[in-house]
Parts: sequence; C-alpha cells; structure tokens
Amino acid sequence: MLDMTVSRLPLRLFGLTCLIAAIAVPFIAPTYYVQFFTKALIMGMLAVALNLVVGQGGLVSLCHAALFGVAGYVLALLSPGYDAASLFLTFPLAVLASAATALVIGALALRTRGIYFIMVTLAFGEMLFFFFHDTKIAGGSDGMSINVRPEIAIAGRQWLDLDKPVTFYFVVLACLLGVIAVLTIVSRSPFGHALAAARDNERRARSLGFPIFRIRLIAFTLSGALAGVAGYLAAAQFGFVAPQMLGWHQSATVLVMVLIGGQRSVTGPLVGALVLIGLEEVLKANLDNWKLVEGLIIIGIVVLLPNGVNQIWSMIGRPPRKQQIESAPAAAKVRHA
Amino acid sequence: MDLVTLGVQLLNAVQYGAVLFLVASGLTLVFGILGVINLAHGAFYMLGAYLAYWIALMTGSFALAILGGVAIAFVVGMLLETVFVRLLYGRDHLSQVLLSFGLILVIDEIRQLLFGKDVHSVAPPAWLAGSVQLTDNLSYPVYRLAICVFCLLVAAAIFLVITRTKIGMIVRAGSENREMARVLGIKFDRVNRYVFAVGIALAALGGIVVAPISTVFPGMGDGMLILSFVVVVLGGIGSVAGAAVGALLIGLTDTFGKVFFPGISSIPIYVLMAIVLIWRPSGILGRRDA
Repeated sequence: MLDMTVSRLPLRLFGLTCLIAAIAVPFIAPTYYVQFFTKALIMGMLAVALNLVVGQGGLVSLCHAALFGVAGYVLALLSPGYDAASLFLTFPLAVLASAATALVIGALALRTRGIYFIMVTLAFGEMLFFFFHDTKIAGGSDGMSINVRPEIAIAGRQWLDLDKPVTFYFVVLACLLGVIAVLTIVSRSPFGHALAAARDNERRARSLGFPIFRIRLIAFTLSGALAGVAGYLAAAQFGFVAPQMLGWHQSATVLVMVLIGGQRSVTGPLVGALVLIGLEEVLKANLDNWKLVEGLIIIGIVVLLPNGVNQIWSMIGRPPRKQQIESAPAAAKVRHA
Repeated sequence: MDLVTLGVQLLNAVQYGAVLFLVASGLTLVFGILGVINLAHGAFYMLGAYLAYWIALMTGSFALAILGGVAIAFVVGMLLETVFVRLLYGRDHLSQVLLSFGLILVIDEIRQLLFGKDVHSVAPPAWLAGSVQLTDNLSYPVYRLAICVFCLLVAAAIFLVITRTKIGMIVRAGSENREMARVLGIKFDRVNRYVFAVGIALAALGGIVVAPISTVFPGMGDGMLILSFVVVVLGGIGSVAGAAVGALLIGLTDTFGKVFFPGISSIPIYVLMAIVLIWRPSGILGRRDA
C-alpha cells in the first residue's frame, strides 16, 4: 500500500502541473492556440468517455463518434436560425439523445461478444452516419450550421459569454474536469469493479451473480452520454455539424488516442488525445501526405507500445506499474465493497 | 411493380449479393481462421478496382486486369501477413482494429500517390458489353449476368477447396479447434499466410468485377467494408455458407429498400441486422457459442 502511494506521487504532481498549465494556457497563448486547445480538450473528453467501455469494460466500440455526433446534431436542430439557443434547454436534451442512442445500440450490440461487438457497433454507427447523410432533416451531406453559440442565461440575463474563446475554453475545461470526476468515481465504485471483473473473466463474474449484461449496458449508456457532452461542445465550438462527425474513421481515431494514453487509467486517454492531435497538427503543417505518416505511426505504436505511453515511462526506468494487480482481484474487491 | 421490373430488381439483388459474397467470404475466412479483425478489407476492395482500371488502361484487356489484380493482391496479402498481421495473433482486439486502421490510412495514401484521387470508369470486356432484351423497352446488361455466374463459380470453388481438399481440412480444423490441430502436428504459419492472402485477393477480386458497373472512386472501400461486416454478422463468423446467405439477404434488402424506401434506402439493412441480432446473436449459420 505504501509502495503504491509513493509511486503515485509523481503521477499526482504531473496531473497537478497539467491542470495548472491548462488554467494558464488562455492567459499566455494566442487565440488560435486557445481554440486549438479547446478542440483538443473536447476530443480528450470523448476519448476519456470512450475508455469507460474500452479500458474498464474491455468492449471495443466503434460507434462513439456517432454518439458524439448525435448530440451535436441535436444542438444544431434545436438552434433557432439567428438566435442563441438556451444551453440549459439544449444541453440536457442533446446528452439525453446520445444516452438514448447508446442505450438502443448497446442493448443490441451487447448481445454479442468480441469481434462481433466491434462489427455491430461499427455498423450501427454507420447507420447513423447514413441517416444524417441521406435524409434532408439536417442538410444531408452538406451538414448544418449553428449560427449562434448557445447562451448561458437565466431570466434573460447572460451569465457567461460563450462567444469569447477564453470563456468557452474554461467552460470546456470545467466540463472535462466534471467528466473525469464522474468517471473516477464510477471506476472506483463497486459498479466499476464489477465492470472490470466482467472484462477479466466473464464466466467467473457471471457465476458470482453479477448481472453482466445490465452492468455493461449501463456503462455503455453512461459512456455514450459523456460522449454526447463532448459532441455538444464540439458542435458549439465549430458552429457546424456534418455527417463526417459521426463517421467511423473518427471513432477509430479516438480509439488510437485511448491506445496511446493507456487504457487502464481514467485520464490516460486525455494524454493520448493531446499527443495525437498535436502530432496531426505538426504533420499537417509540414507534409502533403501526412496521413501516410500518421498511419505508419499508428501501426508503429500498436506494434511497439501496446500499453500506450505508460510503457515509455517504464522503459525509461520507472518501475512498471503493476497492471495485473489492478485487474486480477477486481472481482474480489467487489465482494468486499 | 410489374413482373418484369420485379425480375430485373431480383437480378440486381442477386448480382449485388454475389459481389458482396466475394468480399465478405474473404473477410469471414480471415476472421474464422486467423481470429483477426481486418478493417483494411474494404481498402483492398478499393485497391482492386483501381488496379483493374490501371491494368485495363495499360493492356486493354479486362481478363489481364482480373488475373493481374488478383495476383498483386495475393502477393501483397502474403507480404502483409509476414510483416504485420502475424504480430496480431493472440493480441487483443483493440490492437487488431487499430493496426488495420493504420493500414487503411497508408493504403489510401499509396493509392493517392499511384493513381491519384480521380473517379474512373472501366469498360467491360467487349464480348460481355451487350445487353439482353427482356421486353420491348427493357433490357439487362450481359455483364451483370456474367458477374452472377462468375461469383457462383468462385463460391463453388471455395466450397470445393474447403470441403474436399487437404488444405481445406486443415483450414476447417483450424477454425474448429486450433489448439488440438496444432497438437496433431499441423503447422499454421504457412496456412495463415495463404488464408490471409486469399482473403485479400477475394476483396480485390470483388473490386475488380464491380469496376465496370460502378465508378472507381477513393471512398468505395468504406461502404463495402461496412456492408461485408453486416453480411458476416448476419451469416455468422467464419462460416462461408453463412456469408452466402447473408450476402443474398443484404442484396435483396438493399435493392428493394431502394425501391420501397427511396429516402432512407440505407436504413433497412441495419434493421435487418438488428432483427437477426435479437433472433440469433451469433448469426444465422453461426455456432451458438461463438
């Protein structure tokens, strides 16, 4: 136990430094970079949300971009042409729509396992893509603009002006911290341990009496709802939604972030998101065929670093974090809880 | 809808299903025997179509396009298995998904470098270019009928190889109980390489045969990938017969979906998939424990 606390201390310090840096960014960086970091934090939020099912649940979902996009589309559809929509009205509805979509897809996809689950989530995600692509409800393949950002106003008085990049940045940062807090509480709760137990040994967890299907469905729905939070913010930031937002390439890119950041911690995927988005930014600026290099880097990461950047740290000489310990007695922990 | 139109639509459905079967059977073989999920399968379909366009342009012969395209895809498949895919055996699904996603990005850029991103069309071979007169004002292209026949022959060949030959026996043993087969002295290294290469070649073959009836464009692999996933989910992983059933069902659903629900023609196949998932989660011909 003592050993754990000692080895966690540098990690806590690292986290604290990151938080301070995140708060300092808008005061020192030019507007372009404030917006860039806003985007990176939103994608990080999506990656963190996705990791609840991928890391903790062991379920590789390829439809999270669609859940992300649904919330964005709800905001676009609810925004009155040239007026601001109320955040207090549109935000809950958008998140609810993502959660409901996740509930339906999850209820069907969780009837399957492994490779099947991946294919089914991919297929339903693409169904949503084609739905917005082919029908004319929201501009079809052209997408739809959100002309005015939603406003945070009570009784006609505006509290926060989301049009200011710095204000919007802090709203996103606050949401991200909220999402991380929710996921940390969930992952440490008996529910989270039961989810991990089902990942490690489904048969054993089932014979211990856990309602596996229900646990996974709740996790999938929660993860979808949090992806919706990110999608809502993304739509508000760009002022635009298009079917590509829901496409599976986006889902796969977020999975890459999860892989880079490591699946066994709540905030790891956030690091992965920052790394990947930073990398894309550098590649785009310098290369014509940047996707070729990105593809090769992804392949390289999969081959060389299957446990994400955690592995780099352990290669440098930090004692490897004992990942098995976290997973193996997951079932035992629940019984004590 | 009168009877002739219905017949034409049925033919379209079967032809579409036949191509889907080619691509999906490759996918299901790789799943079933290697246990690897290959998202880059659609990319090879696209690559096949571009190869067909390029070879037909260079040589003027569609037969050479088929032979050359399949041969190139087979060799590329062997190389990929040797260099990358073998690293994935026994690794988690996330690694498999992301490695093949990386491959998609790479293949797309290579296509961009070799062929550009223009949309192309390919002429069918001259002796198949005509059409059959059905009624006074309705005709059906011979090439589409030829696709049906060709795919049927390929399907028959796959079935014969799997059920009647020694390599087919090894393949079946491998998908049934790999450990036991290994204990009995079967070396899977070579088998794996051939199976992966055949899977890739089937995807490319699908792209080659549709090149003359659809346009050749960069994004064509994505749609096909999703459809062949749905086919495999419907039919059951690893089952070639299941892929045939699933492909035919999707061909019918998609074709008649376009007729009856023109605005949302892409949705019915997913409804079909949802129904099958509720009814038989492991696919129509899949093993229950899968």
